[in-house]
Amino acid sequence: MLSTDHLDAHYGLFQALFGLSFQVSPGETVALIGSNGAGKSTLLKSLVGAVTVRPDGVKLAGAPIGGQAERKQLARGIALVPEGRRLFPSLTVLENLQLAARNGRPGEWTVERLLKEFPVMAGFQNRPATALSGGQQQLVALSRALVGNPSYLLCDEISLGLSPLAVNEVYELLGRARKDGLAVVLVEQNVKRALSESDRYYCIQKGRVVLEGASEKADHAQVAKAYFGM
Amino acid sequence: MTIALETLLGGLMLGALYALFGLGLSLSLGVMKMINIAHGDLIVLGAYLCSAVMMALGVNPLVSLVAVVPAMFVFGYLLQRLLLNRVVGRGPLSPLLLTFGLSIVLQNVLQETFTADTRSLQAGDIALQGFNLGGVSIGLLPLISTLASVLVFAATSWIIERTHWGRQARAVSDDPATARLVGVDDRRFFALITGFILAVIALAAVLYGIRTPFSPTAGPERLLQSFEAVVLGGLGNIWGTFAGGLIVGVAQVFGAKLSSGLGPFFGHLVFLLVLLVRPQGLFGKAQR
Repeated sequence: MLSTDHLDAHYGLFQALFGLSFQVSPGETVALIGSNGAGKSTLLKSLVGAVTVRPDGVKLAGAPIGGQAERKQLARGIALVPEGRRLFPSLTVLENLQLAARNGRPGEWTVERLLKEFPVMAGFQNRPATALSGGQQQLVALSRALVGNPSYLLCDEISLGLSPLAVNEVYELLGRARKDGLAVVLVEQNVKRALSESDRYYCIQKGRVVLEGASEKADHAQVAKAYFGM
Repeated sequence: MTIALETLLGGLMLGALYALFGLGLSLSLGVMKMINIAHGDLIVLGAYLCSAVMMALGVNPLVSLVAVVPAMFVFGYLLQRLLLNRVVGRGPLSPLLLTFGLSIVLQNVLQETFTADTRSLQAGDIALQGFNLGGVSIGLLPLISTLASVLVFAATSWIIERTHWGRQARAVSDDPATARLVGVDDRRFFALITGFILAVIALAAVLYGIRTPFSPTAGPERLLQSFEAVVLGGLGNIWGTFAGGLIVGVAQVFGAKLSSGLGPFFGHLVFLLVLLVRPQGLFGKAQR
């Protein structure tokens, strides 16, 4: 289980998270819902080591792992698909995947398997990563995280700016990955989609959890209220 | 005609050495976004190190490379790990200031250790050998130096294009934060790159010391030549740096033919003229 325990996070003097407690268990999908600037991305970055937090702020199976470098969290199986996809423009699609595969953990997901299961990606594997459509780029970004064989996959706005068709493709890949017991933390602007894809949800507002529960039983009016802070 | 051809060849061979000077600067600028003001002084340090090894072991300068190259690699690794990593990624000013200080320290340490006298590396018979190709005479040592430069450039380009190291270098250069997310240990990687840069510097230093006498204060001039090669070729383009070095070299040698004291002046002049026409360098991408 990956959890945070009264987690505070700062950017310089600015405090982004205030005593935030959160958890996700293996095989579970958890959605983070909240407006821009609520602290969702900061929470993901804290989990993965891109924002420095105190050691006992983040725990994996009870052991404190907060504030350690990204590559150490990656070796523990915590991977982030960053907002905006962030593929490397100087690398081809294949090279983006190869780099992540080499630095990640060995396991079921390999570059070969991804290209085989997603022939559309094999079709543009030798193109520069930025010469693709948004949906194609997002598939690659998700694959780049998967190929490191994480146990916990953190997805930051993976459907932002994509066509509905592309969104379905991205979630199809995610769905296939979840079959193997992967835990997923989903930051998603589309609240309906977020709730339908997840087991549990947290509403975050100004760096604090204001509402949480099982996604099935979520009251949309209540979630909307928490979202907009009304 | 023969004289013109000899001058051109001489310029190209000198330029290949300048290109080798510039390679390290090109890499640190391209991958770490860091300008190393002490680059020239490190070249001079390499030359003195070679001189010291030659005196201690009584070997030829080219043989001394066996010791000087690994020593400079280790020095570069530690320099980056212990000192330069503290300022990388904090904008252009901090590395400039730090390496400017390093340059002053290096010059003074060299002066203290080896005195202000000029030295040169005696390569023995090989320095005098040459051959005649259709009336054009070519020195063996400049030829070896040129071949070495081409080989190092080809190897570096191959590493960047084809290997895991190269993919890491390009990824870090594109986006360091995301590179860390895919598990690149950028700090350790930078140390390895600086190690590699200093190994290349060691080779360039020995080839330079055989050719030209040097003193502890010869660094800034070498930095200028490196810089001109890099900027002329266009930032972030390895073969551009090679071409830039050749152009500066040819301009200098032709300039020296016109008036023996004006060689370096003509090198700088061509550099300025090219920049007027193409501010992004010959093979650089235009600023967006």
